[in-house]
Amino acid sequence: MATPVSLTGTAHTETLDLASRFPGAVSADTRPGYSGWIVNQDKLIEVATTLRDEFGYDLLSHVTGVDYFPEKMEVVYNAYRTTGGPGILFKVQISRVDPMEVPSVTPIWPGADFQEREIWDLYGIKFTNHPDLRRILMWEGFEGHPLRKDWHEPFYEEENKPLKSRWPDGKFISSEEKNIFKDNLQFPQNFDPEKAVFDGEEALYGALAKYQTVEAGIKTDHVIVNMGPQHPSTHGVFRAAVVLDGETIVSLKPVMGYLHRNHEKIGERNTFLQNMPYTDRLDYFNSMSNNWGYSLAVEKLMNIKVAERAEYLRVIMAELSRIQNHLILIGMLLNDLGAFFTPALYAFEERELILDIFEAASGSRMMCNYHRFGGVSRDLPEGVLEKIKGLVEDRLPRKADEFDRFLTENEVLLSRLKGVKVITGEDAVRYSITGPVLRASGVPYDIRRAQPYGIYDHFDFEVALRHHGDLYDNYLIRLDEIRQSLRILQQAVKQIPDGPINSQKPQYQVRVPAGEAYGRIEAPKGELGYYVISTGKPNPWRYHVRAPSFINITALEKMCVGTKIADFVAILGVIDIVLGELDR
Amino acid sequence: MYGKGIIKGLGVTLKRFLNTYLDDIAWWGRRYYTPEGIAYRSSKDERGVFTVQYPEEKLPVPEEFRYVPFLVYDEGTDGKKEVRCTSCGICAKVCPPQCIWIVRTNDPQTDRPIPEPAEFYIDADICMNCGFCVEYCPFDAIVMDHDYEIASYQRNVFNMEKLLKPASYYKSIRPLNYALNEAERKAKEAARAAKAGAAS
Repeated sequence: MATPVSLTGTAHTETLDLASRFPGAVSADTRPGYSGWIVNQDKLIEVATTLRDEFGYDLLSHVTGVDYFPEKMEVVYNAYRTTGGPGILFKVQISRVDPMEVPSVTPIWPGADFQEREIWDLYGIKFTNHPDLRRILMWEGFEGHPLRKDWHEPFYEEENKPLKSRWPDGKFISSEEKNIFKDNLQFPQNFDPEKAVFDGEEALYGALAKYQTVEAGIKTDHVIVNMGPQHPSTHGVFRAAVVLDGETIVSLKPVMGYLHRNHEKIGERNTFLQNMPYTDRLDYFNSMSNNWGYSLAVEKLMNIKVAERAEYLRVIMAELSRIQNHLILIGMLLNDLGAFFTPALYAFEERELILDIFEAASGSRMMCNYHRFGGVSRDLPEGVLEKIKGLVEDRLPRKADEFDRFLTENEVLLSRLKGVKVITGEDAVRYSITGPVLRASGVPYDIRRAQPYGIYDHFDFEVALRHHGDLYDNYLIRLDEIRQSLRILQQAVKQIPDGPINSQKPQYQVRVPAGEAYGRIEAPKGELGYYVISTGKPNPWRYHVRAPSFINITALEKMCVGTKIADFVAILGVIDIVLGELDR
Repeated sequence: MYGKGIIKGLGVTLKRFLNTYLDDIAWWGRRYYTPEGIAYRSSKDERGVFTVQYPEEKLPVPEEFRYVPFLVYDEGTDGKKEVRCTSCGICAKVCPPQCIWIVRTNDPQTDRPIPEPAEFYIDADICMNCGFCVEYCPFDAIVMDHDYEIASYQRNVFNMEKLLKPASYYKSIRPLNYALNEAERKAKEAARAAKAGAAS
């Protein structure tokens, strides 16, 4: 097995005292409800290097910004060990005066690359020494940094919901009646859309590896190909600018943000409960898992326990969701490889049956909105548990075997997938890749085992693991995970107790004490985390989503360089991106 | 042997193909356009073609299915519509996309609010069918609908006239929920009556 980074500091977990290790540069975060360390920004690189090399925090889970309007800005780093256990949270604070600058941690954890670009884009914090600091979700030429607290969107009414215009004197006005080309769209001063020329494209192509004229008897040239934004293999509006030498990829830059709606800003306007249905719309295949990450974070803040039966329901729904996600992945991957729709539709059949269960339990097939703080919204109606039992004990194991027979030994599939390297274990950890892609390259890191949440410690299952890190292993690990999920489900449907489904009284406005919390789960696509800050008001001050699709895509260039353009399609397929989550 | 995998895979496809016809024979005449045929085709034992021929056939929706909400009224003795809504505004406050607009009625003489909405709008184009309004309504006055065929050429802004539906309709689409609500209401009324009895 490829052990990524040698671990020397496992014993330090509890005794880790950064303040005495770096006197004067690091201090404990003592704000009520907060934890972790505040690092002086000149010492950031030194502290981060020590954390990685000496204490073994090899996986940078997420980096994000917080705007403590009007005094300061904060950059929050959260690192974990791939051997499991709790993580370490450290922060850099800077005064809220432009230009704000923080050293980039990309030399230590290259996985911070896109996240730092996102912080620059949305908060306007510059990262010195960042290799390619451009906007990532908004377009080049956009004015302002939308997650700052003093930035207001078009159709802005109020800082927080509920809006006063809706009740008690809610005379209906359609937003279309407000002319969007007059006072509701913000343009920079002296801006003329007819004449504007954006420098974004030039910056993008400039970021790609430079053109070269290769002399080989004949004068040859590299070619730039734009895959997307409308390309069937990108599973949505995703674009990759690719430089090709013949058929081989020389350089690649993903372009995203076509589906950006500033989910996090919406989340800060919403009340805590109102965010729940919005999380459904991130990774729209797995709303059941998305709900869980968010409720976990808020439950941590509220310090409440979840009802026992609800814990089981959550596990059942999340594992069913994982099964259908992986089935669709396999089906659509084959679609991308040219097996036109037969495997995809076989997968969709099983998915329909699982969605029927979601619909009966929660009322909706895809936008489940099933979790509430302290439990779930509805109990299983009569007969649904029997249906689940029928699926997980009879049909789905049968169908998993059928998929195995159908595809695994197929020579065409083998020749397309086997030996096409996706990423090595070491690189996967450095680039913060999580989920099946990481486990397919030999790193047994699964949050359900590494830091169990809910009741995953009750179940007997194995962390699926494959060692080669090629496309074929990435395909096989999905089948393995389906089988492990079925194992969990078979235990869960037997053990599920009777009882209440929520430990709290239903209330439409919950009281959340001030503080910060990070709730993370092993979503089908990787680590899905929610970083929530409450100030004790009905609305979260900060609501950040650590989206696995977005962070896994950071290493796309690393994965693709040197492979053929046709393999790019397959690699993108196995990383398993969903644009609803990637663009947020 | 090279090619074995492909043949094995094709075997799976062939089996599925044949099963479709075997199933058709086993379910002769009942497999399509009948409720039990549709139920069979969405059960775990299904082997052949899965497709439901919408709109000729429709999948039955489960009771919990939620689509754009409607307002419930009870039919009074003289056929008067007794709207359950008291315009307390909880649904408008909890609504995540803020698509509910309510105008409260004020008594023209005293100018104090009376529990009845003057205007009630739901912008169905914005509604995200989350069901919060129903979950937190203290009067069971708003209920999620089952009618999902609302495509139109105009904007779907529903006013009171469009939103009001009788309690009997509620009972017909959600019998279990309706029974539960009624039981809760009866218990509440009984408790109130007992309290009043004890006081007097």
